Amino acid sequence: MKSNLKKIAVDGVVTSNPTLKLVLGTCPTLALTTLAMNGIGMGAAVTFVLICSNVLVSLLRKAIPSQVRIPAFVLIIATFVTIVRLVLDKLLPDIYESLGLYLPLIVVNCIILARAESFASKNGVLASACDGLFMGIGFTLALTLMGAFREILGSGAIFGVKLWDFQIGFFSSSAGAFFTYALFIAVFSLVEGIVKTKTNKKQYAILNGPAPTVQSVKEDK
Amino acid sequence: MAELIMIIVSAVLINNFVVVQFLGICPFLGVSKDFKSALGMGLAVTFVMALTCLITYPLYVFVLVPLGIEYMEIIVFIFIIAAIVQMIEMALKKFSPTLYNAMGIYLPLITTNCAVLGVAELVIDKAQMAALIGIEASAMNLGFAVLYGLFAGLGFTLAIVIMSGLREKVARSPINKHLKGFPIAMITACFIAMAFFVFSLIG
Repeated sequence: MKSNLKKIAVDGVVTSNPTLKLVLGTCPTLALTTLAMNGIGMGAAVTFVLICSNVLVSLLRKAIPSQVRIPAFVLIIATFVTIVRLVLDKLLPDIYESLGLYLPLIVVNCIILARAESFASKNGVLASACDGLFMGIGFTLALTLMGAFREILGSGAIFGVKLWDFQIGFFSSSAGAFFTYALFIAVFSLVEGIVKTKTNKKQYAILNGPAPTVQSVKEDK
Repeated sequence: MAELIMIIVSAVLINNFVVVQFLGICPFLGVSKDFKSALGMGLAVTFVMALTCLITYPLYVFVLVPLGIEYMEIIVFIFIIAAIVQMIEMALKKFSPTLYNAMGIYLPLITTNCAVLGVAELVIDKAQMAALIGIEASAMNLGFAVLYGLFAGLGFTLAIVIMSGLREKVARSPINKHLKGFPIAMITACFIAMAFFVFSLIG
């Protein structure tokens, strides 16, 4: 069970990061990453909805007939989004204001529906809750990192604290959003490729001794 | 008349749903590999968006607000959209099988398209609509809502069609393996966004 949970955690945050690897939920990612703070706000809202909907879908997975499962999932998600919206409006009006239109749009965020369909409807409650939590953390991390990158370059600040006067307006614009997202996916894939070759080499070394170098191959001949 | 022009310019160009407001990015990246499917998806979304505004706007103003249950809007809207899409699918299947064959595969995707729910949420926000199309907040009515939905959909169609044209070219170019797929599509979208940015300098 423990190794299973660890796998869920690594999957959610790194190896199948919903934003950088699966490229789900692109709309809020592009629209809200102008500020790092937005990433945390949106991330927290999505994480909450993701955990709750995963738990409820997992609890009801045997009760919901498979023909009407998608409308049922959407109803569950819409309920939790409504709750989040009412709570944020009352307690954190600043964040409510900055998330704006994208808060109700969490309903149609593909990450949540995708997890409900591909994970929660097939797994137990605890595993589903953990999956929701770690997918949410992966989403939050990616959004916050992209938000910080765009905020530093685009407005010379981080979390609203002014760093310097140097700004590149491009990164605050909508074109900058697409560019930053493209850059992050590409760098993620690059790093993933490097790590994979390294672990592959390590596994090879464990199984067959050190990998043959060019020289040793030549000597063999 | 002046308002109509303002709605067209605002919804299609200045506040383009895809590249300025980032709504409907999933089909924009997913269904833009060739011109024909992009156009089909765009027109299907346009139709659903106009129809959604036509139903959700009066429902909100005449039912939800008088009953004091505005907070139910998300749940009500998503069900209306799902029902509209389902009905269109059944109607097409029955009356126009050719159109169904052309559009059928995109229809289920439209329910979870954030452009549709986005436009339904946007047209009931009077203050924001007033700022977007330059009318008094109290003058907002069903006509403006439906027109906005229609032209926002056409703005979506324009963006996705331009995107498909560019991607057909990009697909034939040698591209670094880390940039293949989504990253290069986003960089293409970046250039479209830059082009649309110029329209924000109007007025």
